[in-house]
Amino acid sequence: MASKIFSQSSSKTWPDFLLLGATWTTAISITVIFLWVVLSIVGQGLGQLSLEFLLTEPMNAGRDGGIAPMLISTLLILVVCLAVALPLGLGTALLLAEFSVSDKRFGQWVRRSLDFLAGVPSIVFGLFGSVFFSKILGLGFSLLSGGLTLACMVLPLLIRATEEGLRSQPASYRQGAAALGLSKTTTLFKVLLPAALPGLMVGLVLSVGRALAETAALIFTSGYVDRFPASLLDSGRALSIHIFDLSMNVPGGDHNAAASALVLLALLLILNGLAAFISLRWSTKIK
Amino acid sequence: MSSLASLRQAKRNDWCLINSLRILASVTALVGVLITVFVLKEALPALQSIGMLRFFGDDAWYPLEGQFNLVPILLGTVLTALGGVAIATPLGLLSALFCQFYAPNILASSYQRLLELLAGIPSVVYGFWGLVVLVPKINQLHPPGQSLLAGILILSLMILPTVALLSTASLGDVPKAYLQGADALSLSRWTTLTRLVIPTARSGLITAIILATGRALGETMAVLMVCGNVVQIPNSVFDPVRSLAANIALEMAYATTDHRSVLFISGLVLLALVGLLVMMASVLGSEEREKTRGI
Amino acid sequence: MVHTLYLKRLGLVSLAFASLAACSSPSIDSSNGDLQGKIILTGSSTVAPLASELGKRFEEDHPHVRVDVQTGGSSRGLADARSGQADIGMMSRDLAIDETDVTAYAVAKDGVAIVIHADNPITELSPEKIVEIYKGDVTQWETVGGNDTPISVVNKAEGRSTLEVFLKHFDLKNSEIKAQIIIGDNEQGIKTITGNPDAIGYVSIGAAENSIARGEPLKLLPLEGIEPSTASVQDSSFPLSRTLNFVTSGEPETLSKAFIDFAQSSEVHNIVEQQNFVPIDFSK
Repeated sequence: MASKIFSQSSSKTWPDFLLLGATWTTAISITVIFLWVVLSIVGQGLGQLSLEFLLTEPMNAGRDGGIAPMLISTLLILVVCLAVALPLGLGTALLLAEFSVSDKRFGQWVRRSLDFLAGVPSIVFGLFGSVFFSKILGLGFSLLSGGLTLACMVLPLLIRATEEGLRSQPASYRQGAAALGLSKTTTLFKVLLPAALPGLMVGLVLSVGRALAETAALIFTSGYVDRFPASLLDSGRALSIHIFDLSMNVPGGDHNAAASALVLLALLLILNGLAAFISLRWSTKIK
Repeated sequence: MSSLASLRQAKRNDWCLINSLRILASVTALVGVLITVFVLKEALPALQSIGMLRFFGDDAWYPLEGQFNLVPILLGTVLTALGGVAIATPLGLLSALFCQFYAPNILASSYQRLLELLAGIPSVVYGFWGLVVLVPKINQLHPPGQSLLAGILILSLMILPTVALLSTASLGDVPKAYLQGADALSLSRWTTLTRLVIPTARSGLITAIILATGRALGETMAVLMVCGNVVQIPNSVFDPVRSLAANIALEMAYATTDHRSVLFISGLVLLALVGLLVMMASVLGSEEREKTRGI
Repeated sequence: MVHTLYLKRLGLVSLAFASLAACSSPSIDSSNGDLQGKIILTGSSTVAPLASELGKRFEEDHPHVRVDVQTGGSSRGLADARSGQADIGMMSRDLAIDETDVTAYAVAKDGVAIVIHADNPITELSPEKIVEIYKGDVTQWETVGGNDTPISVVNKAEGRSTLEVFLKHFDLKNSEIKAQIIIGDNEQGIKTITGNPDAIGYVSIGAAENSIARGEPLKLLPLEGIEPSTASVQDSSFPLSRTLNFVTSGEPETLSKAFIDFAQSSEVHNIVEQQNFVPIDFSK
């Protein structure tokens, strides 16, 4: 966390107290609402959770049995999504933030295209993915098709967060590097990227969250098949689709839907923790 | 001699780098273009046979009976999204201030984790919670419960993490020297934050709001579950509304050729709406940049 | 330099993925008598869980066969069966008169009943009253002998097959209906009504019976004096029902044919019932 610079010395006026009160009230109310949402899932789903639930295949349309195939499919979709979105996103963000002078026009167009992309409803991504990746590229219903569709969807989040992270680095870093005669490439990788890491991490965490939570973009691309995928070209049901199907389409699926949602949250917690750990390791290594 | 060679090598590296970046960025930009082309192509049959005007001039929305008025749906989308953003922006900003300037370190990072989790809850879970918990509560105030209000509340909850996390990151990028300077001048906390920190982080904050607005406009499942989906211009926040994205999700499953194409018109209108937002933001942004340049 | 290469290599990953696409072609070979290959079904989300379970049972009997079930709605099922994207399309409605280019195979029936909240004192509504309520001529439960509360009319989204069954039976046009809530899937309807004591709607009977069995506060209203139940749907005495269909374009291939025959056989009746639908007895 950044600078708790404020010392106790600052004089306190009533707006200070107002702000103090408002921030704490906001934080507490959001925590309460969050707990409310999560506890309502816990209440429904905790009873179903067990190791067996994680390790077995679903039965009776998901009302019984476990979610093992969905876990595998979800992770594979996420891997595909990040493998494509990270290089694309990082590259684009670098261009937008660092080379916007030489590529001003181009940069503007890219940025517009991205902001545009940010508002496309996920169901349109799904329909697009099913036509472009599944039909035109011939991937059919597959984890690959789903992961690629998700990659398109998380790009704006990933790029804008990284770009902001880079952009906020003081010009003095760049000037200093230039004065030392470092090439742009070196400056970028040795100075700017490590400094932009927090922004990138926020983008990454938001993207993973969005990807794990996505339903509409996946139902037409990675599909509905609830068995173990044999390859990336197989169809596989993501956890979020399983939750959606159980709560909206299968009467009597509520408890397993809630339990699956809990697993999804746990997965997210682990992945975010991992991201935080890696970024900490990286930034300390650079220092 | 050798330094000249290494300089040339470095130049070549830079050249390679910038061109790889250009390629990557082009691919990224292409995605937006591809999606627009795709939606346009699917919407084209309806545009040709029905014409854009009827989507704004017909009496109501009954696509199977040949009535295609999208105006109430457009309005429903704008109202829910704006409402959601109006609530989530101040709360998100306050959350960010809390994380960066008020909370003790441990609390700040656990609050951050909580927001990250909030960002990853599937929209169907939000929708489910809204339908089972929120809607019955609103129903007691004013039936039927499924309403513009329910949509606004759920949306604000869903986009809050985006606003809060992105804002936290951009507030964290405000140079420490600024803060130390402010402290040395013994400015009050209120003055420091509102006059110094927030203006400095402004571009990041605007990005956060734009991304959140985009998400709010395009959110489908949760809105579909709590908004009631009646196509009408709401008289109060307790009236049900339908959003463009929900319109597609609700009717696509059973839509045959013509009806399907008509639904893509709602996708097209949504894209136009987002385009408008982007244009507004870029005008705002360029003014902003000029202002900061001037300083 | 190393970094540049690395960056480029990552960029190439996406291309590599795309080229993988070339190797996906299902093979259907039944020369050795035993069935093998892959059947792809797409379409109605209502039918999908049933088809999935049927597929699993079929896979047990024929270990070299894979049945992949995808959703996307009845219209998608029809379109995919026509275009050959899917071997079999799934539809939760009957074929329209002009849809003669495909063949439908009924696999189950599903009744549609009027439902209200369990706390609502109403026990029966005449068809005329139902029409008045849906047209917005009656807006208070008191008018039809209930509580002093406004009615929340729940209707289905345009095009949905339960909506069409409902409109046809009551001879209504969708534009005549004044609804307070419009919903998509069955479960959304059930959850809407259990959360609103003044709501009235219509949902799949099997799904509603399942919910009631789990203790959800839901009440099915008899229609024209006939109790809505899976039994009354089975003997066709209940007036509101729809057929769940598999559709194929032209004659189905050997493998698809075997699966359709299996889905229509009496040995799967327990699966159909388990998924809250009504089996059809073709032996009669």
